Amino acid sequence: MSIYLNKDSKIIVQGITGGMGSKHTDLMLQAGSNIVGGVNARKAGTTVELNGEKLPVFGSVKEAMAETGADVSVLFVPPAFTKAACIEAIDAGIGLMVVITEGVPVQDTAEVWSYLQSEANHGGTRMIGPNCPGIITPEESLAGITPHTIAGKGPIGLVSKSGTLTYQMMFELKDFGFTTAIGIGGDPIIGTTHIDALAAFEADPETKAIVMIGEIGGDAEERAAAFIKDNVTKPVVGYVAGFTAPEGKTMGHAGAIVSGSSGTAQAKKEALEAVGVKVGKTPSETAALMREIMQNL
Amino acid sequence: MDLMEYQAKELFAKHGVTTTLGVVVETAEAAKAAAEELGGVTVVKAQVKAGGRGKAGGVELAKTPDEAFGYASNILGMEIKGLTVNRVLVTPATPPEEEYYFSFLLDRANRQYLCIASVEGGVEIEEVAKTNPEAVRQIAIDPGTGVDEAKARAIATEAKFPEPVFEQAVAMIQSLYQVFVEEDATLVEVNPLARLAGDKLEALDGKVSLDENASEVRHPHHEEFEIREEADPLEAKAKDLGLNYVKLDGEVGIIGNGAGLVMSTLDVVAYAGEAHGGVKPANFLDIGGGANAQVMANGLDVILNDPQVKSVFVNVFGGITACDEVANGIKGALEILGDAATKPLVVRLDGNNVDAGRAILDELNHPLVTQVATMDGAADKAAELANA
Repeated sequence: MSIYLNKDSKIIVQGITGGMGSKHTDLMLQAGSNIVGGVNARKAGTTVELNGEKLPVFGSVKEAMAETGADVSVLFVPPAFTKAACIEAIDAGIGLMVVITEGVPVQDTAEVWSYLQSEANHGGTRMIGPNCPGIITPEESLAGITPHTIAGKGPIGLVSKSGTLTYQMMFELKDFGFTTAIGIGGDPIIGTTHIDALAAFEADPETKAIVMIGEIGGDAEERAAAFIKDNVTKPVVGYVAGFTAPEGKTMGHAGAIVSGSSGTAQAKKEALEAVGVKVGKTPSETAALMREIMQNL
Repeated sequence: MDLMEYQAKELFAKHGVTTTLGVVVETAEAAKAAAEELGGVTVVKAQVKAGGRGKAGGVELAKTPDEAFGYASNILGMEIKGLTVNRVLVTPATPPEEEYYFSFLLDRANRQYLCIASVEGGVEIEEVAKTNPEAVRQIAIDPGTGVDEAKARAIATEAKFPEPVFEQAVAMIQSLYQVFVEEDATLVEVNPLARLAGDKLEALDGKVSLDENASEVRHPHHEEFEIREEADPLEAKAKDLGLNYVKLDGEVGIIGNGAGLVMSTLDVVAYAGEAHGGVKPANFLDIGGGANAQVMANGLDVILNDPQVKSVFVNVFGGITACDEVANGIKGALEILGDAATKPLVVRLDGNNVDAGRAILDELNHPLVTQVATMDGAADKAAELANA
């Protein structure tokens, strides 16, 4: 089992003909993903050849879904056009929309989120991202840019705001492996949250323990802690990046900013520890905490 | 990006929010001239991106141009919350009869916008929020539907704007929302929103924060708000080179790939520094995915130009990026920099093509470069070298 994505997922790529889109479609195919086509209105009817496969390019998400039965879309669309591409995918009723694009204006994401909550979202679309590495269910499917070679299948579920910390943690725990690793992104507004992923991992019988990686900014980790207290029975290990970040400076991710007393790493760590989550000081210490849990399961 | 008051007011005026622009000056002489031109009593206000300017003595009422000169002399060069005041705004003094508070902001926890309004506001709004929270109204705004006239009316009613200024408030709320959405702000705040003599509603002060992603995508003119000479010179240089760099106050230069990993690297170096004389990270620098020789050279160039830096920690996890490319990037960077590279480099490579990457650096055998296999171990080594 896994969450949100498995070997049966049929994936289309919005922005398949662009540089990032074609490079990562190739890598997704290498990871074993079932990519059934791409979308680019200006190149509809053509095909692209990647990793030895000829993939059809459709004029719209709706058409792509009708022709292929796709239920997942991965978006490599420039930030200026991301909102429109998301609305198109939601209108078409896609099940899962993974938005890789970095640099999306936050009001565009806010509008997309509002649209997802409205009656227009008749298909019940779920959004992951934006500004995220996407989601991987090792040895089954990759919808995103996470390297599939780092770790294989196993009993750990991973949810993280950061791409490279996801890779680092998968690497540290590669001998155990993962059910699903999901990068939710570091923007101020995102679709799928820590809480969503925690709930899904809790419900997934194959996930035995969960690693949660947060970073400074916002209060998502504090909310996740409150959720864990009442809803998560599986062991959770946490890591929070940004203890040394100064107030008022944005650390790379648009959402990673400490303002006043809110959003600090220390506050997040304390909130998580208060509900029994073991929090590591460094990625390797966090991995060691998980290692201990796995050995005692 | 946070704007100064005079910049915020420029955006207010552009979108029809009633305000008085005044004159921005950088010398006391110019402040005097501005006061003469405006006539009457003026206010001299420090322009820095910090709150609490009034309490810090950065806002003064000048009865004459000579007084404006005197106050401007005091305020210019003053430090407010660590920021030096380089310019003052001179505006006509318009004593408010009542002070209100109004803002639109991004409510990230609820993934929508929020309007905060109070007619018992003014500069003591934080106090009001504590003692009389009922007087500070919070109204959720759906980004999908925004603020039209009906919504503005509902907000003005909920906030209890008094009858003589009610219609002006409805209009101003719509204009402020235009500032918020058309300029892609994450905060638009008016405090005080003043009721002047003759029941005239005016934004006496303003605070605007802009979303830099949006400025990049669709507001090229926002670049004008950046005051280059006030930016840290290394941050300005990094920005020109397209690097994601933040200057900090330590001795260990940091280069890494990915915002989360670099943030984590700062923490790990700070912990390691506890055992090495308390050395700290000198900067945040994320070179992203493309760690080629030129990007690496640019990054090293910025960091080595920081006189505080004693050692550099290059921490790369090869995800998509291959470690051999990164190693070649470091090699090429050292060639490009030549004698300019003078400080020890601790390199930790892991992930994609790690063996090839480490082999390239082993073969290079550069006297400044030390390889350490783990992140924690490399942080310790870099801290040790910075404390040597």
